[in-house]
Amino acid sequence: MALERWFRRNRPTRKEDDNAPVGLWLKCEACNAQIYRKDLVANAYVCPECGHHYRMPAEARVELLADAGSFEPWSGAIEAEDPLEFVDTQSYPERLDKNRQKHGRPDAVLTGAARLDGEEIGLVVMDFFFLGGSMGSVVGEEIARAAERAAEEGRSLVVVTASGGARMQEGALSLMQMAKTTVALEELSRRRLPYISVLTDPTTGGVTASFATLGDVIYAEPGALISFAGPRVIQQTIKQELPEGFQRSEFLLEKGMVDDVVHRKALKDRLAVTIRLLRAGAAEQVGEREATRAVAL
Amino acid sequence: MPLPFEKPIDDLEAKIEEMRAYASEQQIDLADEIGRLQERLQRLTRETFDNLSRWQRVQVARASGRPTAMDYVQGAFESFTELHGDRTLGDDPAVVAGVARLGERSVVVVGQQKGRDTKENIHRNFGMSHPSGYRKAMRMFDLADKFRLPVVTLIDTPGAYPGIAAEEQGQAWVIAESIRRMARLAVPAVSVVIGEGGSGGALGIAVANRVLILENAIYSVISPESCAAILWRDAAEAEKAAEALKLTAYDLLQLGVVDRVVDEPIGGAHKGREQTIQRVRDAVLEELAALSAETPQALQDQRRRRFRDLGRFRDAA
Repeated sequence: MALERWFRRNRPTRKEDDNAPVGLWLKCEACNAQIYRKDLVANAYVCPECGHHYRMPAEARVELLADAGSFEPWSGAIEAEDPLEFVDTQSYPERLDKNRQKHGRPDAVLTGAARLDGEEIGLVVMDFFFLGGSMGSVVGEEIARAAERAAEEGRSLVVVTASGGARMQEGALSLMQMAKTTVALEELSRRRLPYISVLTDPTTGGVTASFATLGDVIYAEPGALISFAGPRVIQQTIKQELPEGFQRSEFLLEKGMVDDVVHRKALKDRLAVTIRLLRAGAAEQVGEREATRAVAL
Repeated sequence: MPLPFEKPIDDLEAKIEEMRAYASEQQIDLADEIGRLQERLQRLTRETFDNLSRWQRVQVARASGRPTAMDYVQGAFESFTELHGDRTLGDDPAVVAGVARLGERSVVVVGQQKGRDTKENIHRNFGMSHPSGYRKAMRMFDLADKFRLPVVTLIDTPGAYPGIAAEEQGQAWVIAESIRRMARLAVPAVSVVIGEGGSGGALGIAVANRVLILENAIYSVISPESCAAILWRDAAEAEKAAEALKLTAYDLLQLGVVDRVVDEPIGGAHKGREQTIQRVRDAVLEELAALSAETPQALQDQRRRRFRDLGRFRDAA
């Protein structure tokens, strides 16, 4: 259900698999200003004119949040199978192959250890450009492993979401990843290690309805679409216009569903401060696992 | 209304009825003929239902006349005491909940409730709950833990409701919380997919130690219609999508998504309501008996492990 909006909007016209800005110059999709692509990239994919937040590649996100040279990847050792032998207009293995080649990773997520302003964290970054960031067995497993490893190593966990939801091509197994990721967060919680989720554009469906919204603290980027059901599905169901700004970050802040809307360029600092404030209490530090275990249990 | 593929069966049934009426009217003995036709009816029904396509099973899972959660609550449990409300916003009629007796035990029961007719369907929002429904369910899980009562959930929903209020009230948030809350239960939990297991809306109350499914029920990440609309860009391709999604009871058993399939009487649950309700009761009793010896810790561990290990992947090349 959740992928619907994204697919419909992008499919008929798209030539690329993503809508990341391409070309030397581009016209900002929000303010129409002519922007030099290099400036946009240098500005963390935020329009220098109007502040519109573009979707950004997973590697750029890691670069934005991890201290220089500190990221050590955990993900990448597993890849999807085709348990349903799923074929629509293309076979699932074909779709996977194309995406793997194009994006140079096995699936739609990047995880690893990092330092964030000196704080030891586990970092999970979803890649919306890889099959809509959809969550199948591999994405679910990578996120579960990252949560468990962060707990094991006494790290805080930061998860940056960008996903159309559960991956249809793995059927009910994708659905089950919602429960898998949720239960995998339990050990972090038991050890009183902060879990912060950062919702970026778009975060919908089964991802929103599982780990994404279970953060101790939930931040959202400006203007991000964050929903359970996509706007198109809702519109088809209720057959009326949706309110202005419906399901956008600012709307959700107003409704009490996220802790704050944070500008991308302020995100790293905000995460660091939040982690430090939360960890000043009971949580264990890296290398002090045994000592704190006694406290936390 | 009979399902399209049920027509030959219904025609034959009508013919037998006609012959019976004729025999008694004319006072002639047609017992042999009728017997033969009945055998044929049995055979036809069995053949039809043994060979249902996935799309046909979707139709059986949604058939009107199929027992709803409330039918099980009333038919399989005793002393059902319904408890209403989420203590925050209201009471969601798409979720029924309460305490009841099941055999020797008191249990907490939570079910997704479709209507048995149009009027009730509108009242029940076709079994599509709002956040309030999940909050009510979570309240029941608290009650179950407090009084050490096993939990039985009955799954039957096209999905959580996609509407403005539902989104504003945090539909995704409550489903995630409900998944987590149910995973944390310190008591045995058994879920039965009795009709439609519609995506996250179904999973929200299906994080059980044992997940059962009726033979003609379905459980899917997305409805065949929506899947077809996205991948084939045509909702009319739902039949293809149903095949591709592998959403039937035996598909799911093979994938490890469900633990046990409860057979339906020949002709489907809607043709053998009492028998179906009895079979579900027996199966749930059996499962609860097997789980009752486990410690709270063992129950939590087993449940977490069960969901933690779901998925298929291989080492990257």
